[in-house]
Amino acid sequence: MEIKNAVAGTLESGDILIQIAPTDTSGLQIELESSVMYQFGAQIKNVITETLTALGVTDAAVKATDKGALDCTIRARVTAAAVRATGKDVWAD
Amino acid sequence: MFVPGNNPGMMQDAFIYGPDSIMLDLEDSVTMAEKDTARLLVHNALKTIDYGNTEMVVRINPLNTPYGKKDIEAVVKAGVHVIRMPKTETADEVREVEAEIEKVEREIGCLGRTQIMAAIESTLGVINAYDIAVASKRMMGIALGAEDYSANLKTQRSPEGMELLLARQTIVVAARAAGIDALDTVYSNLNDMETFRKEVELIKQLGFDGKSIINPRQIEVVNEVFAPKEKDIQKSLTILAAIKEAEKRGSGVIAVNGKMVDRPVVIRAQRTIDLAIASGIIKKEDIA
Repeated sequence: MEIKNAVAGTLESGDILIQIAPTDTSGLQIELESSVMYQFGAQIKNVITETLTALGVTDAAVKATDKGALDCTIRARVTAAAVRATGKDVWAD
Repeated sequence: MFVPGNNPGMMQDAFIYGPDSIMLDLEDSVTMAEKDTARLLVHNALKTIDYGNTEMVVRINPLNTPYGKKDIEAVVKAGVHVIRMPKTETADEVREVEAEIEKVEREIGCLGRTQIMAAIESTLGVINAYDIAVASKRMMGIALGAEDYSANLKTQRSPEGMELLLARQTIVVAARAAGIDALDTVYSNLNDMETFRKEVELIKQLGFDGKSIINPRQIEVVNEVFAPKEKDIQKSLTILAAIKEAEKRGSGVIAVNGKMVDRPVVIRAQRTIDLAIASGIIKKEDIA
């Protein structure tokens, strides 16, 4: 799926900033920065991967800056960034 | 309690303060550039966070914007209890929102689950208050939105609130006639708790069921004003127990402490007990 650069989220407490960009290599390259990296780093990366895969985004460079977001917030921000990157909304028109 | 729909931190913490109802906002507190992300945040929060017994409301954007229909789809699919319509002026607008809700509910197989609350924020809305209140069987309440209403009246809000009197009374009367709740507008000066308390006392006296708030600091004042007094609770419990006893014996009219107890007295007693439970003074299971 063709994508363009897109951003969603903020750097406020309880939120996560997701930046998505096209990449020449295949697969998802996730670069994560988080204040709870040791405790939840793997879980956050899993949620990002699952959300993008479900939306059909399989090749992208993702930079995530986490400020202690819950899984539901990560899912919402990744979905928003993916919708902006692909131009394909998840809601009916 | 109003909570901006684009602030995940506030959305996840709001229920800790114990409001009766949390209203996640997709309308005025969200910029146009962030409508898409706020909708997703609210959808995912409703699906995931355990808000316990808190009533969950979402204020959607109007249907005549590019956001309204998508808001309805997102929140109905997430299982919201109540959709709050902003700036409602006619019964037709309620029916249009109802039709959209129905479309989504049919798709996911939960027809009739979502309730509607309409915010009345204009002079035309006040004129049509009763028609709006009875426009759908999903209507659970009507609420005053005083900032837009004051602007529409060509005045501004005063500490005494004289400019809002007709709108407030019309909304309470319409809600009572329709058998639904009447909810008052927000008071946004957090540094003036004294005027806030007076306003809560005024709207309680007018007959409102509750007040919209913008900060957890305001919860305590609303609960204090609306909470029934101990002696009223005891009196109401006695009345309800006597009525229960009389019903068992098949007797209609009773006397408590030498005073006749008829239907309005019983309704008031029940309301006092409902408020005492809602305020956390007594527990439902404690009532025999």
